[in-house]
Amino acid sequence: MSYTIEGRTGVWEVVIGLEVHCQVISKAKLFSGAATTFGAEPNTQVSFVDAAFPGMLPVPNRECIAQAVRTGLGLRAQINLVSRFDRKNYFYPDLPFGYQITQFEKPLVGKGTITLELEDGTTREIGVTRLHLEQDAGKSLHDQNPTKTYVDLNRAGVGLMEIVSEPDMRSPEEAGAYLRKLRSIVRTLGTCDGNMEEGSMRADVNVSVRHPGEDYRTRCEIKNVNSIRFVMQAVEVEAARQVQVWEDGEEVVQETRLFDSAHGETRPMRSKEDAHDYRYFPDPDLLPLELDPAWVAGLKAALPELPDDRRARFMEDYGLSPYDASVLVAERASADYFEAVAKGRDAKQAANWVTGELFALLNRAGRTIEDPPVPAAALGRILDLIADGTINGKIAKTLFEAVAETGESPDALVEKRGLRQVTDTGAIDAVIARILGANADKVAQYKSGKDKLFGFFVGQVMREMKGKANPALVNEALKRALG
Amino acid sequence: MFELSLAEARDALRARKFSAAELTEAYLSRLEALNPKLNAYITPTPELALKQAAAADAALARGEGGPLTGIPLAIKDLFCTAGVRTTAASNILRPFVPPYESTVTAHLLRDGAVFLGKANLDEFAMGSSNMTSAFGAVANPWTLPGDARPRVPGGSSGGSAAAVAARIALGATATDTGGSIRQPASFCGIVGIKPTYGRCSRWGIVAFASSLDQAGPLARTVEDAAILLGSMAGFDPKDSTSADIAVPDFAAACARGVKGLRIGVPREYRSDDMPPEIEALWQQGLAWLKDAGAEIVDVSLPHTKYGLATYYIVAPAEASSNLARYDGVRFGARVEGADLIEMYENTRAAGFGAEVKRRVLIGTYVLSAGYYDAYYLRAQKVRALIRRDFTEAFGKVDALLTPTTPSAAFVQGERMDDPVKMYLNDVFTVPANMSGIPGLSLPAGLDSSGLPLGLQVLGKPFDEETVFAVAGALEKAAHFTARPALQAEG
Repeated sequence: MSYTIEGRTGVWEVVIGLEVHCQVISKAKLFSGAATTFGAEPNTQVSFVDAAFPGMLPVPNRECIAQAVRTGLGLRAQINLVSRFDRKNYFYPDLPFGYQITQFEKPLVGKGTITLELEDGTTREIGVTRLHLEQDAGKSLHDQNPTKTYVDLNRAGVGLMEIVSEPDMRSPEEAGAYLRKLRSIVRTLGTCDGNMEEGSMRADVNVSVRHPGEDYRTRCEIKNVNSIRFVMQAVEVEAARQVQVWEDGEEVVQETRLFDSAHGETRPMRSKEDAHDYRYFPDPDLLPLELDPAWVAGLKAALPELPDDRRARFMEDYGLSPYDASVLVAERASADYFEAVAKGRDAKQAANWVTGELFALLNRAGRTIEDPPVPAAALGRILDLIADGTINGKIAKTLFEAVAETGESPDALVEKRGLRQVTDTGAIDAVIARILGANADKVAQYKSGKDKLFGFFVGQVMREMKGKANPALVNEALKRALG
Repeated sequence: MFELSLAEARDALRARKFSAAELTEAYLSRLEALNPKLNAYITPTPELALKQAAAADAALARGEGGPLTGIPLAIKDLFCTAGVRTTAASNILRPFVPPYESTVTAHLLRDGAVFLGKANLDEFAMGSSNMTSAFGAVANPWTLPGDARPRVPGGSSGGSAAAVAARIALGATATDTGGSIRQPASFCGIVGIKPTYGRCSRWGIVAFASSLDQAGPLARTVEDAAILLGSMAGFDPKDSTSADIAVPDFAAACARGVKGLRIGVPREYRSDDMPPEIEALWQQGLAWLKDAGAEIVDVSLPHTKYGLATYYIVAPAEASSNLARYDGVRFGARVEGADLIEMYENTRAAGFGAEVKRRVLIGTYVLSAGYYDAYYLRAQKVRALIRRDFTEAFGKVDALLTPTTPSAAFVQGERMDDPVKMYLNDVFTVPANMSGIPGLSLPAGLDSSGLPLGLQVLGKPFDEETVFAVAGALEKAAHFTARPALQAEG
């Protein structure tokens, strides 16, 4: 799948790298015991450490480090047994220490890979450069008072994993697929909730353009893009802007930009004169972080099944197509749902129902797979009813909708609404005789070679029987009657 | 009563020869009389002290006294004390009252100590004279006959040292980043030890340079210092750099003697411009140790000459970052401005004194893009070499003996126009901070004009016991009985 821009001077390709900040799921902050719950009253989750009071010292939270190691393992990345925390110095009211504790030179996690399955069935390997731990900043509230800015430090010090990719992506679609895959991995691992709306996952997008075969050209960084759709849009408009700049004979300037989704454009964030000199240096309050290989091995052994492994297993064990398997493992909850339905049943049929009827229903109803209108057990039961001939496939869809609407069990609804399929050949023969009698002209046409009319007769019979007839029996009986 | 050592006062309290309230009241009234002259305390806390003394008497009456029950101490105003203003001798923290107690002072309170008040210091512990305090200079209780000019007590723990020397505290807490315990101990004729980095928790101590800062005691005798350190030290999970190592009985080590110990003399500490009487005192110290049964060995610390330059890169670098939190946003002083940047500028311009600003600027410079490799990174490499020098030397010897300072206490106002000359005060003390090893200064004699001079004992990491043993032997031999002029009048 190639994405290119046709310019006046030739064809351009886009080069994309992503820096994704994932908020670590943990009860306490990265270096303090304060809580991390989203949406609490301002400044209610702040310790003296978070507010950088004199003499307060950071102490690494073991659970945050474990979460980052789990994520690294999930990215099949190298875990660095010795890493280091550094200070990134700058002044801002929501940065209480006057520096952010981060990992600059020696990150906790080194090179890894994320595999993308694209819609055309091909896969792409995207390199992960590194993952490091760092503190989040607080929040400046500019809208509370006409002349003052308020600061909420609830988020200050919350642990973030910054996951940096190689500049390996070549299209907005690949950038979107990368984010979806990364989100799927961290959600499966339980290391980040991947919620972009609440800001627990945010992306900085590095974009440059070049003629195919050239070296990389100057890139721009689009900061803090907060949805996958916006990331894809931002890549598109930024790439188009850069092509224009180059083709106008000018130079793209390396700078930080922001994406304005309302106007569909990117704009410079700060000028070069404001460029920070962060004066990174090792944080002297913290010793180098040394991990015990046995502890890392223990974390590895306890990892849940990763999306890629699960996808392979779905293809192998259930005979699913690569595409169906990818769709199902994208969310741990949909994969779990599918497995609950497929267990002991026709797996392909189960996959069709989940990716077809169920996903459509979720969409229509605005519900999530975590809270489905039809529980996995109910869908499983519906498939059982099809298999044992109690209902036919058409009625099954009606039944599925009825379960969604009423929340009642499939068995109860079959009885209450009389959905049981008719297998009484006498009743079917009687209806067929009536239909053929009323359509003598069409019977004649059929007999003179218009085979397509067979479908018409089936439809008439089924309609007459309110869809409840066993389709195979109807086919058989019709063939006999018309024979 | 004022001539009793801490150990003697402790025994007298236990024997009920006098009460903790009587001892504290005596110290408080002497403090009230002398502090206006010395300015050793920024914030005396008489009411709190009397309350703590009453609690100490109650504990003693129940027979529940701890190692320091009823002992009146001065607390360097760099240690956060719950409910008691903690200024770091800076205008920027002038209104700051911490809601928490530093680990070190909490240990002292646990052991029954009485706090007389918060002692003066150089602003943010940056200085060697106590001249940089926003709360005024501290006078050394030692003056010369016929010379009314007040002398500096050294720094940065000048208030703590002056208070102990003038007998307006039985002991004091202090901190040492480049010599801030040992140099004032030397200038004031008392004992001070900077223990091994990691021995005392830094939690709740206003930070100057995190990789160098270490708390320790000032006291009148080696044993007193050992008793105080025994209380102050100990592992603290709230400080990631605190060492999880048991605290030995330091006081018991003081009388151990030096028989069979090998004492190193670093040849690089000898220079042509060292005053002859300091050289003579050093030789005297070595002779005392030899007489007590130690073997004297020449050793080399080849990177000593880079120590001071390296220190004045590393310490300001860390300080420039540590002091970024004083921005007027959350606590301490704020000076408003038209916008955020102006508020920052006004607050920090008014809040910090000249020496602090100088070090923040130096630190910012050496960490800047383009200069980091040449300064900070190179300094870290040299620091590793200095550490290696000591490791190699301690392969051959048990402790080192050096002078503490290149001069005796100077007159207030001297050396103020030449920061480099001021920084040279720390030339013998800085290497212990750069390498993390323990160092103790004790009074060993007087110079020709009658001012005290100290000798420094350096030991292996976490082997303060040997340091105390060597210091105990020297103390016995030196028999330092001179008293400061002010004390004699008082």
